Amino acid sequence: MFNDKKIGSLYVAPFVIGFLLFTAFPFVASFVLSLTDAQLQDQLGSANFTGIQNYTEMGRDATFQKSLGVTFFYVFITVPLKLAFALFIAVVLNFKLRAIGFFRTAYYLPSILGGSVAIAIVWRFVFAGDGLINQALEMIGITGVNWLGEPNTAMFSIILLRLWQFGSAMVVFLAGLKAIPEDLYEAADLDGASRLRQFWMITLPLLTPVLFFNFIMQIVQAFQEFNGPYIITGGGPLKSSYLLPLMIYEEGFKYFNLGYSSALSWVLFVIIAVFTAIAFWSQKHWVFYAQDREDKNGGAQK
Amino acid sequence: MSQSATADAGWRKHLPVINAFMRYGILIIIGFMMLYPLFWMIGGSFKNNQEIFSSIGFIPKEPTLDGFKKGWETSTEYTFATYLINTMKIVVPKVIVTVISSVIVAYGFARFAIPGRKLLFALLMATVLLPKSVLLIPQYLMFREFGWLDTYLPLIAPQAFAVEGFFVFMIIQFMRSLPMEMEEAAVMDGCNSFQVLTLVVAPVILPAIISVALFQFMWSMNDFLQPLIYLSSVEKYPVALALKMSIDVTEATSWNEILAMSTIALAPSLILFFVAQRYFVEGITSGAVKG
Repeated sequence: MFNDKKIGSLYVAPFVIGFLLFTAFPFVASFVLSLTDAQLQDQLGSANFTGIQNYTEMGRDATFQKSLGVTFFYVFITVPLKLAFALFIAVVLNFKLRAIGFFRTAYYLPSILGGSVAIAIVWRFVFAGDGLINQALEMIGITGVNWLGEPNTAMFSIILLRLWQFGSAMVVFLAGLKAIPEDLYEAADLDGASRLRQFWMITLPLLTPVLFFNFIMQIVQAFQEFNGPYIITGGGPLKSSYLLPLMIYEEGFKYFNLGYSSALSWVLFVIIAVFTAIAFWSQKHWVFYAQDREDKNGGAQK
Repeated sequence: MSQSATADAGWRKHLPVINAFMRYGILIIIGFMMLYPLFWMIGGSFKNNQEIFSSIGFIPKEPTLDGFKKGWETSTEYTFATYLINTMKIVVPKVIVTVISSVIVAYGFARFAIPGRKLLFALLMATVLLPKSVLLIPQYLMFREFGWLDTYLPLIAPQAFAVEGFFVFMIIQFMRSLPMEMEEAAVMDGCNSFQVLTLVVAPVILPAIISVALFQFMWSMNDFLQPLIYLSSVEKYPVALALKMSIDVTEATSWNEILAMSTIALAPSLILFFVAQRYFVEGITSGAVKG
């Protein structure tokens, strides 16, 4: 609306300054740090340039490899399950049901609260040796499991916590479902297409932009999971839930290895960047945007 | 398709009813399971420890306020009130500067021809996807140089520069959906761009502003990693750190105290959520769904 470039730049200036100072500079600085042996307690000037040594070190670091493995395991289990569940509930909710507002609230609430320390603590108690789940199992005659004490099940508690927070993805799916024109289903009904077929041929393709958005947000979030492992399991037992962000934190602020911690954070950054890049690059093959909708609708109705 | 042709007509007539019945069944069972941990937390804060370990029901048989009384005292020299006040000292300024900076920057993006607009917008979106942990250590060193360690400044100050791209994006989307006649009329009447923003635009984008404020409130209440890194004296701890401390000290014995304080910690978020649910839904969907 306004063409005055000087005044426009003034409005955007806070972002530009903030971006340079709090994002761009630290971003570059952490890469530089990752090439040094900087220690938290020392003056920065005393750090030595060590080239790619921190990165080659990872090849020998069994803890890092374990952490990388559990991180991928966590993300690959959590994200697809969460999206599938969110979509399933959104589809169930999308029919003209009474009390839809009530259910939407109930399902959305955990994603607002779930990131808090308080909920992580409740989770710790729910899965504890004498916690809620084991008490319930005991009532039906099953001997409880030491959920947080066993390497095979500790991660399970964190995955379940994040699945519990499927609500925000569900709300986005629900908005996407509402935007699909009714007449498409009416036409499909006339053609005798089953509900399942309608879901695959109409709902899912038209929902791909929303799916794309949810996928990116969930992937980025999942790779940064910190509170869950830090509070519920402490990363254990035997590093079985030692997700990469937790390792980055501990290397930096518990062991004071700023250089190595920065290198780890760059590995995490590259992993997330690769996933996002693949998603953006592949979207032309599977994401169905509104501008192509016109032609394809025409085709489908013939 | 073939079975539907041969299906009994009476059976088919009841199908919508059965269908609805199943849907409600699924929704109610899942909803109950989802909310149960919250009920259990609230109920547990009114139980004695004995009962927490011996019954899975959430309604306390012998309700007691012990958990709240002892939990409120905490195992430190400060009461829980100190931690609640500390949390507000962080969260309230953070929300205010976030809203102001995000609105100003979004206005620049949405209404001005600025040089390098495309690039800036791409950078804005990139900040949403950038993992925060890659910035953690340099930011820490920078704030150490500033002499800001063990103060709330590292948690608040960056927000004055619209560092959360998500919020700016939300407001830009909202502004773009508005008709511009009112603003044009205001310009005709001699308003400058800042007056247009404060007098015409700001009141209209109030729903987006509320969404931003609510999300930032919730996220800041939940924030744990940043306070963990920057705050070292217990007297400055927010609730998140105080709770973590309480499980380190008293977890083995006093679940009711910890559950009671968790309930109090979640109360502001719970209340806000129920009062303003609509703004959360609008906020989260505005970026994802076009049109």
